[in-house]
Amino acid sequence: MIPLSWYLIVSALLFSIGLYGVMARRNAVAILMAVELMLNAVNINLVAFWRYTAPDGAVGLTWAVFVLTVAAAEAAVGLALIISIYRRRDSVIAEELDMLKN
Amino acid sequence: MSSTLTLDWILAILPEISLVVLLAAVLVYDRGLKPANRRNVGLLSAWGAFAILLLTLGLWVFLGVPNIQQALSVDSLLWGGMIRNDLITLVFRVMFLAALMITSLITIDVKRLQRGEFFALLITATIGFSLMAASADLIMLYIALETASISSYVLAGFMTEDDKSAEAGMKYFVYGAMATGVMLYGMSLLHGLFSSIGIPSTNFYQMGSVLSNAGAIPPEANGVILLAAALIIFGFGFKISAVPFHFWTPDVYNGSPTSFTAFVSTASKAAGFAVFLRVFTAGTFGAPGQESLWWALLISMCVITMTLGNFAAIYQNDIKRLLAYSSIAQAGYALIGLVAFTPDGSAATMFYLLMYVFTNMAAFGVIILIHNVSGSNDLRDLYGLNRRSPYLALVMLFALLSLGGIPPTAGFIGKFFVFKAAVDAGYWWLALLGILNAFVALYYYLSIVKYMYLYRSDDEDVPIPISRAAQIGLGISVFFIIFLGIYAGPAYDWTREAANAFFTLVVG
Repeated sequence: MIPLSWYLIVSALLFSIGLYGVMARRNAVAILMAVELMLNAVNINLVAFWRYTAPDGAVGLTWAVFVLTVAAAEAAVGLALIISIYRRRDSVIAEELDMLKN
Repeated sequence: MSSTLTLDWILAILPEISLVVLLAAVLVYDRGLKPANRRNVGLLSAWGAFAILLLTLGLWVFLGVPNIQQALSVDSLLWGGMIRNDLITLVFRVMFLAALMITSLITIDVKRLQRGEFFALLITATIGFSLMAASADLIMLYIALETASISSYVLAGFMTEDDKSAEAGMKYFVYGAMATGVMLYGMSLLHGLFSSIGIPSTNFYQMGSVLSNAGAIPPEANGVILLAAALIIFGFGFKISAVPFHFWTPDVYNGSPTSFTAFVSTASKAAGFAVFLRVFTAGTFGAPGQESLWWALLISMCVITMTLGNFAAIYQNDIKRLLAYSSIAQAGYALIGLVAFTPDGSAATMFYLLMYVFTNMAAFGVIILIHNVSGSNDLRDLYGLNRRSPYLALVMLFALLSLGGIPPTAGFIGKFFVFKAAVDAGYWWLALLGILNAFVALYYYLSIVKYMYLYRSDDEDVPIPISRAAQIGLGISVFFIIFLGIYAGPAYDWTREAANAFFTLVVG
């Protein structure tokens, strides 16, 4: 069987890519996708820990399902906000949203 | 913890259940409203919040829920270990419901916000905050936090016809989603660590009690705990807008509808502190102490938050941005109480947050009324306020004195308790830094007073209409600013009882 650490390394990589994406991407939709990557990394972690350390219980699985559900809600709200700003400004590039700067 | 549904379980979340009912009522009532009666929806929300506040306090006074004696055992966890209904929960619930009520009152006559959705989202966020303060489990904490956050993102971007509001909503969403993602990754690591030593639990009181046994966790795992702690602090620090997780605060406070700014700066911050208090007091990251690395992290965060917030506020010329930096600094003062790690310190933090609800609500209420007339949030709009509307200037004066910590206002007492707790716990230098910071803060708070009372403005003959609802909202706020300032005993004893019971249980 593949050792647990492999899963954790994949998840850590995925999390780092997601975090980098949030910081570095300019397009708001891409930032949203990067956030989803971070949440997927969390899910890999949870399910891997569940499978390798406590397969009898359901804590990790339950938690992963909750994360999926909340991520869906978050994506819906995020896209709605992106659309609302696109209608006003014809742009979803994060750097061009600079009205709130002194 | 038993697993059959009992009356205790229902009573423990009765305030949240009532809020769900109020939420449905607001949505239904809003559908049938004629355009002329649009303000009634805010009225319903305010009365509902008031009724639930009375219900929550009534449950405590007449039925003894939460029971303070019973709360002294881990068995008092309800809903399968998800909820802990104790006095701390009650204190925070009162803050959230008071914030909801006053926010509704000062929003009723803001034309652009007279919509059922706005109040429905405020109520949803309140449910989230309330459950955050009650949660005893990482999953519950995460769900409650997201309930509050997701409705807050929409509220920040609520005025879709306003460029600034849309931008604030989007920024809040991007930063918020990132912060909760990071926090969640930390929680999953923490859960994995405990799971791999045979305790697949997400209950953080249980985690704390495991960690307090020396040797339960192998020493090489300390790095993981530290990493998880740092990642989770990212999420919590975001909520309380502590430096270096404050970057969203000025933009979001500035762009959002002012009613929401008032709400997020008080209720959201208090909810962040509630989870901070619970998770760290439970010892989820190991025993605190000056020698441990993450405790040093917390203390440096506290110092930087106070200092940066205050120095950045000096240079602002937009009143909402100024209050945003001021609220960052206030989070720093409130953190001192948690850093002290004594029952008195936590009690002082809770008292500080309680008085901060009323103080900030008064300040933002005045800004909303001025904005209704002037349409901007520039500091210049406050010039000559005393000649335009002496009562409004007086309300703002009390709010500013309370923020600055000058007697006889509640802010002075709040700061006094926090600093005293720090000195008692041996952090006299932290208290000293706090006092020096308070002097810096006085500079910009008192400049606003100067603008209001000494400067002249061209629009001195333009009156500022104050609606009845806003009068009541501001009246309640000012009453409590003064009441908590001259007669703080009962409120402080209340928070101290809560903190004492909690500390006896989880710290021993």
